[in-house]
Amino acid sequence: MEKTCYLVLENGAWFAGKSFGAQPASGGVAGEAVFTTAMTGYLETLTDPSYCGQLVVQTFPLIGNYGVIPADFESVRPRLAAYIVREWCRVPSNFRSEGDLDAFLKENGIPGLYGIDTRALTRTLRDHGTMNALLTEEAPPYGEELLERLRGFRQEPSVPLVTRQKAEAYGGSGPHVVLWDFGAKQNLIRELTKRGCRVTAVPSFTTAEELLALRPDGVLLSNGPGDPADNMDIVREAEKLFAAKIPMMGVCLGHQLMALANGAVTEKLPFGHRGANQPVKDLRTGRVAVTSQNHGYTVRPDSLPETASLRFVNCNDGTCEGIDYRNAPAFSVQFHPEACGGPHDTAYLFDCFLKLVNHAESEGFSCR
Amino acid sequence: MPVKQHLKKVLVVGSGPIVIGQAAEFDYAGTQACRALREEGLNVVLVNSNPATIMTDGAIADEVYVEPLTLPSLREIIRREKPDGLLSTLGGQTGLTLSMQLAREGFLEAQGVELLGARLETIEKAEDRELFKETMESIGEPVIPSLVVTEVGDALDFASSISYPVIVRPAFTLGGTGGGIAENEKELASIAANGLRQSPIHQILVEKCVSGWKEIEFEVMRDAAGNVITVCSMENLDPVGIHTGDSIVAAPALTLADKEYQMLRTAALNIISSLGIEGGCNCQFALDPESFRYAVIEVNPRVSRSSALASKATGYPIARVAAKIAVGLTLDEIQNEVTGKTMACFEPALDYVVVKFPKWPFDKFIYGCRRLGTQMKATGEVMAIGRSFEAAMMKAVRGAELSLDTLAMPKLAALTDEELRKKIRAQDDERVFAVYEALRRGQTIGELHRLTRIDEWFLAKLWNLAKMDRTLAEDPLTEELYREAKRMGFPDSAVRRLSGGELPPALPAACKMVDTCGAEFEAETPYFYSSLAEEDEALPFIRRRASGKPVVLVFGSGPIRIGQGIEFDYASVHCVMALKRAGYEVAIANNNPETVSTDFNTADRLYFDPLTAEDALRIVELEQPVGVVVAFGGQTAIKLTKPLAAAGVPILGTQPDGIDLAEDRGRFDALLESLGISRPAGRAVLTEEEALRAANELGYPVLMRPSYVLGGQNMIIAFSDADIREYMNVILTANPDTDVLIDKYLMGTEVEVDAVCDGEDVLIPGIMEHIERAGIHSGDSIAVYPAWNLSESLTEQLVDYSKKLAVSLGVKGLVNIQYVIHEGKIYVIEANPRSSRTIPYISKVTGIPLVDLAVRAMLGERLRDMGYGTGLAAPAAFHAVKVPVFSFEKLGGVDTQLGPEMKSTGEVLGIAPTMEEALCKGLLAAGYRIETDKGLLVTVRDSDKSEIAPIAAAFSALGCPLYATEGTAAVLRKAGLTVETVKKIHEAKKNTMTLLESGTVGCILSTSAKGRIPARDSVKLRRKAVELGIPCLTSLDTAGALASILGRHFRQEELEPIDIAKILPAKK
Repeated sequence: MEKTCYLVLENGAWFAGKSFGAQPASGGVAGEAVFTTAMTGYLETLTDPSYCGQLVVQTFPLIGNYGVIPADFESVRPRLAAYIVREWCRVPSNFRSEGDLDAFLKENGIPGLYGIDTRALTRTLRDHGTMNALLTEEAPPYGEELLERLRGFRQEPSVPLVTRQKAEAYGGSGPHVVLWDFGAKQNLIRELTKRGCRVTAVPSFTTAEELLALRPDGVLLSNGPGDPADNMDIVREAEKLFAAKIPMMGVCLGHQLMALANGAVTEKLPFGHRGANQPVKDLRTGRVAVTSQNHGYTVRPDSLPETASLRFVNCNDGTCEGIDYRNAPAFSVQFHPEACGGPHDTAYLFDCFLKLVNHAESEGFSCR
Repeated sequence: MPVKQHLKKVLVVGSGPIVIGQAAEFDYAGTQACRALREEGLNVVLVNSNPATIMTDGAIADEVYVEPLTLPSLREIIRREKPDGLLSTLGGQTGLTLSMQLAREGFLEAQGVELLGARLETIEKAEDRELFKETMESIGEPVIPSLVVTEVGDALDFASSISYPVIVRPAFTLGGTGGGIAENEKELASIAANGLRQSPIHQILVEKCVSGWKEIEFEVMRDAAGNVITVCSMENLDPVGIHTGDSIVAAPALTLADKEYQMLRTAALNIISSLGIEGGCNCQFALDPESFRYAVIEVNPRVSRSSALASKATGYPIARVAAKIAVGLTLDEIQNEVTGKTMACFEPALDYVVVKFPKWPFDKFIYGCRRLGTQMKATGEVMAIGRSFEAAMMKAVRGAELSLDTLAMPKLAALTDEELRKKIRAQDDERVFAVYEALRRGQTIGELHRLTRIDEWFLAKLWNLAKMDRTLAEDPLTEELYREAKRMGFPDSAVRRLSGGELPPALPAACKMVDTCGAEFEAETPYFYSSLAEEDEALPFIRRRASGKPVVLVFGSGPIRIGQGIEFDYASVHCVMALKRAGYEVAIANNNPETVSTDFNTADRLYFDPLTAEDALRIVELEQPVGVVVAFGGQTAIKLTKPLAAAGVPILGTQPDGIDLAEDRGRFDALLESLGISRPAGRAVLTEEEALRAANELGYPVLMRPSYVLGGQNMIIAFSDADIREYMNVILTANPDTDVLIDKYLMGTEVEVDAVCDGEDVLIPGIMEHIERAGIHSGDSIAVYPAWNLSESLTEQLVDYSKKLAVSLGVKGLVNIQYVIHEGKIYVIEANPRSSRTIPYISKVTGIPLVDLAVRAMLGERLRDMGYGTGLAAPAAFHAVKVPVFSFEKLGGVDTQLGPEMKSTGEVLGIAPTMEEALCKGLLAAGYRIETDKGLLVTVRDSDKSEIAPIAAAFSALGCPLYATEGTAAVLRKAGLTVETVKKIHEAKKNTMTLLESGTVGCILSTSAKGRIPARDSVKLRRKAVELGIPCLTSLDTAGALASILGRHFRQEELEPIDIAKILPAKK
């Protein structure tokens, strides 16, 4: 019989469920509680380094249906603090499945909670905004002191925790793209190598000089976890890349860091965008695409400099989803064109990037 | 883009009568579309031959034509109305095909009408097998490889190139006779040879067999700017091989990894883009469970049954959005009604599971072939929403009205393991219950997967339910166990039965909202489903939005089945509208995804849950209504009366005692006696012995039926002791404890009255007379308004009887009374104090809003204050004829001979200034096509022989050569007619069957004393006619009416279309 386990929110609300996966450390596991509305792609979610340190709630109630498929992982191991579902599947079914979720979480030391009303939890997080939460085996009541501590909890800067420690090379003989890894999803590399690129993935702490010394044809600034403003050292390096006018594409955190490098401002969203159904409008064509997203912060469009223009906006809340730059052959998107999980509708942006990489001078700076 | 500039008036084509494969979903779609177009300021002209629809209401469209859906009638309406556009994609296959024909023949262009929703090339690309294949290949989407061959050798070569197994489909053989699945070369050689032999053109199609693959559907939308989205994915529990309409379907797809899901999603978007559809589209895929291989099975470039399901499953109104796109709007310009803030360009995220369960007609068609395959057989469906698959499945099963409250089907418990395996292999409508029984007996998921190819994931979920079933039976019922059982969807009745103990305290009612976004945004959708042991969102919603008005809860009619069709949804929806107008806040409960009533815009709140007593009471607990309404949802809602009343819930309208008085035979007989009204003599019996005694006392023929009937279920006319024995066995097997009623069968004229009563006064909008004599179920009879040969005194007497009955049953609202007039005397057959099948028909033709008046009467208003008068209303300006429509070609083994048990699935209406024209329109709309240059084959039972000659003579006069079997031929010759004698099937090699196959016969008139059992000659002959598409009449009265209409030589172009939106009630 599984142990009863509790999720305590910083506002004092708590949910009782059952424990699965690893046992939470004594004293519990604290972090920011966030929810994702994607209905498929839990393996990609679990292994997306951008969730580093977060307690991730799945709004879709049935998770683990197709088991564990290592080929679908987006990084070598999960980085999230805890995983919260309504129901995990004990008899998964898929021709590629190699096991169940419980075993996977145990192996990776990730505590899980199931059997709670995830919709009630999601509504709380939506109404209140993202909150810190504690996963614990300790039963209620929870004193004000604990809640105070929870409210004061601050996730340490996460990029250093998830970036690779040394450069690695992938792929073919085509244009050389440096992937600046802030916690990159594997599919960024796949999308590039699929297009014939030679990819060098470098750690987040690589300096602009080191990076340029690799003589890249383009730089892809990856996704990654946490508050973009925690990474001002990286931002300063990114400024130098703009000065070098090297073709660049930014995704998610990479997009935010490029904006910061251009003097724009980022701010926290009430409860972020996490899911596989976010509609985004391309202001240049008027076309709408459905995108995969995972971010808690956003770039304020009113803070963009003259040299940058808003290219994509979120159809639901009008927030910034992408920027075209004129001071370098560069563009960036807040959403995930590499998908995994989620729709592949914007994978064409990698083609745009390659066009920039190949014809930076002849075709001007922007991606059409 | 705004609405296309030149569009001012748009013609919407409906889908016609309800038939298997095309049901109420198109009323839902069409109604939404009309509303959406009118929101854009467009004038809407609607054509649909089906009167039992909301879309044909004057309030939905500007001009409404209940006219035959034929090319001549559509051309005439287009000429009169001169629309600027024709919306083709909302009327099912019927609407699409007609629109395509009008476009192809150049008529639309000549009239300056733009085809909206799908271009002609688009439709052709999706509908034409070869073009479709080419289009898919051009965009790299795999289709199921197939090749037409005429030699066994070619078949073998092709099969080895695509790998086994393969399916062989012979060309032009009916029901796929001569085809089969070949696993290897040897089998193929034999099947192909046989198939070629069977095919009249010596041709077979060899196709890669993908049965057993996963069947996945995507509902996708596209606008003219090229924006594309997916609304919903769906996964069939039953793998490829069973029609999706006959499959248990889950939404969203549940067993696909993101890689597979996105692969198919992308494919669906590529398909809709390449076809250039502007609107909605359904893409069906087969996916190999062992690899990433997939194939496109089918694409429907229109709204469909699946899109209705997807709309209800997600809250995304596909038809509404499709209609707006068709007139030029783009997805990012159309508002999402659910949030009221965001736009329609998004993809719903679900945080629940939806299960659709089909409703099959085999409880009625006991000799029908139950095996499921590529031909859909279900008449309707239920949908259930739960937070787990188990809970949704449990809700679906108990909502399907199978007398089950779990998946345990009692009769299967008696089977041996071997019989059970056989049952599972038979792949019939009860397969899932047989699988469940096998799991209960400890068979493994692996074994059952091998036997059925149902994905282990689904089997494991069924196993969870079976496990809970056993735990409840074996373990003490703790509060925790009870809670767990409730979360899994076990109703109290099942928990009580299985555990045998006292139930712990009830869990409080709790509902979740369907909000399209997984709670990401705050939504105000008044759309709920129950989810016990979780946070309730309904009560806070009710409080937050409280208007201060009293609340009324209306119960809908559940799944569409023979005998309880779309008419009851029509009435339920009108009841909701009337209550709203009367100043009430209205909640509705129903579980049929195809309907207008389950559009969350219909009532103030929608509860999508099963219509059982426990589920109903839970909604009552949340809503605390001042009263509930059961009178408009057919037998489904009426059945809730007793338990609701017992729980102290106030019933509005006719009181439970009045309902019981009408249903309880003893009480009803006593009432009739006290009123001095006759009914056919009869007895209630319990055993075969009693039945035989009663029948012999009354004298054959007698009418027999179980005491609780719906659409004449299991009702027959018995002519002999053998019939009594056969049917007592059938009835008592299904319901061992039921009373069986045996009545003297009177072969008279049947008339039907719908009336509104306020407790004192009665308003009868009109009297309907049936063309067929009593003995054919009223739902299968051609009904004519106004009655054409009732004397004044009989009419007066009918009005008097109806009033007396309505008042003494305490009717407040509607009552439907059926009478038979035999030798000048009126007998009551039955009285039902509720809405009936004929309500939409009679409301539309008389212009009297019956449901509205009934609701007002129910609320205490007096008829005399409503302005429509009392007593019998003056006849309307038009005659109207309702003609039943059947789905026999889809139901193998079912005898087409009409009788007291209802068999029709839908109906059409003909409206015209004269009865003959109305009848002609009705027959045309119902699809009667008689080729009078071909022969008429007559073979009738002895009791009909005395009347056959004049009818045959009428056909003969039209130029029809006559053919008859020996006895009938003798009668015809005696009457001076020329007739060719044909041998019966068992008599000779050249017989009636070969005559039909020869193509010389254009119509059959066949009646037989016996029938039903598929092995009988008469049944075989009628089935053959169905398979060959030859009209087969089984009532002399129908045949007589048809002959008289043919004799009038009406030209369709000359039958003037009538805009019923302009019909006003006759002034009193």
